Amino acid sequence: MSRRVRNRWNGAVLMVVVGALAAGCGAPGGDAPQTEAGGTPVSTTPTCGTAPVTLKAYIETGFPLPKELSTEFTKQHPNVKWSIREDQFAVITQNAPRVLADDPPDLMRLPQVSELVKDGLLKNLDGYAKAFGWDSWPASQLQQMRLGPGGKTRGEGSLYAMGLNFSMTGVFYNKKLAAKIGMSSPPTTLAELDAALAKAKDAGIAPIAQFNGGATGGLAFPLQDLMASYGPAAPINDWIFQKPGATIDTPSNLKATQHLDQWIKAGYFWKDVNAVDYATMMSRFIGGQGLFMFNGDWESGNLDKQMPGDVGFFLMPPAEKGGKLAAMSAPLTYGIGSRAKNADCAAFFLNWVATDPQARDIAVKVGGSHPMGPADAHMPDVAEGTVTASTLQAGADVSKDNGAMDFIANATGAIYAKSWTPQLQKLVAGQQTPDGLLTSVQSDYKSQVGGS
Amino acid sequence: MKKRSPAPAAGLRTPSWVGWLFVAPALAVYAVFVLRPIVLTFQYSLYRWDGIGPSTWAGLDNYVKVFTDPDLFDSILNAVKLIVFFSAIPVLLGLAIASTIRRIATSRLALVARTVLFLPQVIPLVAAGIAWSWLLSSNGLVNQVFSHLGLGGVTRAWLGDFSTALPAVGVIGAWVLLGLCTILLLAGLSKIDPAVYEAARMDGAGPLREFFSITVPSLRQEIGVCVTVTVIAALASFDIVFIATQGGPGNSTMVPGLEIYYLAFSERQVGMASALAVVLMVLVLACALPVQWLTKDRSS
Repeated sequence: MSRRVRNRWNGAVLMVVVGALAAGCGAPGGDAPQTEAGGTPVSTTPTCGTAPVTLKAYIETGFPLPKELSTEFTKQHPNVKWSIREDQFAVITQNAPRVLADDPPDLMRLPQVSELVKDGLLKNLDGYAKAFGWDSWPASQLQQMRLGPGGKTRGEGSLYAMGLNFSMTGVFYNKKLAAKIGMSSPPTTLAELDAALAKAKDAGIAPIAQFNGGATGGLAFPLQDLMASYGPAAPINDWIFQKPGATIDTPSNLKATQHLDQWIKAGYFWKDVNAVDYATMMSRFIGGQGLFMFNGDWESGNLDKQMPGDVGFFLMPPAEKGGKLAAMSAPLTYGIGSRAKNADCAAFFLNWVATDPQARDIAVKVGGSHPMGPADAHMPDVAEGTVTASTLQAGADVSKDNGAMDFIANATGAIYAKSWTPQLQKLVAGQQTPDGLLTSVQSDYKSQVGGS
Repeated sequence: MKKRSPAPAAGLRTPSWVGWLFVAPALAVYAVFVLRPIVLTFQYSLYRWDGIGPSTWAGLDNYVKVFTDPDLFDSILNAVKLIVFFSAIPVLLGLAIASTIRRIATSRLALVARTVLFLPQVIPLVAAGIAWSWLLSSNGLVNQVFSHLGLGGVTRAWLGDFSTALPAVGVIGAWVLLGLCTILLLAGLSKIDPAVYEAARMDGAGPLREFFSITVPSLRQEIGVCVTVTVIAALASFDIVFIATQGGPGNSTMVPGLEIYYLAFSERQVGMASALAVVLMVLVLACALPVQWLTKDRSS
């Protein structure tokens, strides 16, 4: 008797538990805010007003620029206080959608934005762009942050993010090692670069410092530089921006990949490059273990400090003499949550960063990169002969040739980790051919673009 | 049916639901933090969902992809290969070490050996992973030792080489789990009546005979626990791989735990990630339950 009672209780409890579990089972998702059709129309130029405001910011840790800017901003606008949360970029990438949906910051460092726009998590900045006159800046500055309806195609459409500055990539070189092989000025053609690499190898100097370990395939830097050296930048951008019909598997890109493969086979990269991460690459390059390094100007300030006078920078030389220069160049993107409380003040801050002379000084001196804003705006003085000076000059050269490209790793959310990195690691290990690499990346790209 | 005894205690007899009252808090926690996530994971695995926006019904598509996408399926194969390092080596080596330590149990050396072997269990896995990635780097201690021995030819970036990355990760796992197995087996050994060994020795049994005829059979249950714990550690491995290789080079050390994390948080394919998680759970159960059954103590 008592046993039967217990059995009945068991059953009842089980049913309650299962029922409670099942009750939560509608289709998941759908709690995202509605996408705005157009930008919020802004009638008067937004400001931070005079009443006390606390701007909530979510920024990337390890880079002093946003904090320095916020301090200076509060100095000029004492009613604005900051509540800043910091995380590593990888953490921000993973948290971005949830943070923007649950607890939207006024200002946030952004990863790849397509998905965030698709879910309606970012404020459409068109209204602000009009009110502040961002539309009259060089169009290439804002191109990467424009998205078509639903976040599908990038490169045109409404503005969803803004940069604190924009960075530039190219080739750093160790001047002391360069002198040893008789390289007195940067190479101006790909053939000259090849010759320098071969000379370094013969002289027992590691020709290239690069990382390609773990989940970050750093050989994507020299690969994309080679692509831009062999062909025009525009089709590469089309591919990154997911324009219909775009492909990475083109004849000129194949030549570029084959060239990279030759560098690998010639032993121009470290033997353990597949186990080298970014930090290791930096410490080895600073330690003099590498003549060239394919990297970006976010390191200019650091290198000026660590090896003063010993580092030079040049843009990847074109295959033919006098060919067009191109470089990966991307804004340090910040966005405003679609449900942010102080959106106007955040937009005012972004405009201030690009236009205020002191803010522009900070963007260069602390950030090491070119500030955003009008072409004729105030430019800070930079000491001659520093890396920072040459990267800023390179920025001007690239925009003259209209050669700014986004990074091939940013084409889709998964393309870097899923395709470029493992494929480039396989290329290093001799387990993939240049042709196979491009075919494979293109087919992954197609399934990701079509499938999402 | 038995007639209920009209005992005087009948008035004090607690109704059976009171028992449930005591269990309720634990049951609630278990339901909310264990059962609910499992059910939700299963539910998510039937949808295509980015974690935020609206989801679409996918049926069993995600499961089909787990078994047909070579990247995903290879990650499961890698986990199975890791069982050799995470499970076979620690258990076999642990048995040998435990029975050796037992023979010198009273000496100070035994205490030192126990402490040293158990140390990896105390160190956080992340710290262990970082330390090992230094040891195994191209100019790390392992390669220095090889070079000094005149074996410069075998030196390489162990974690960055396609053929050695997975075994290298396995070695880290073996190092971590060896201590756990040794201590568990030592505890089991201390329960064995010394008289049994004495009797065996009187009958002329050598150390090897003792080991196979007394030690191993007596440790049946402990071995069962060791195998279960280490097999689960191999199949559900995450921390060591995440710190040491992040799945590279070229996915050669990708394991399901890591793949689930990448799918859910980097690629935002919550449905796929959930499907792989469900498959992993079934796989773990399919490996752990037979081990439990095989090593069950049937005498009791």
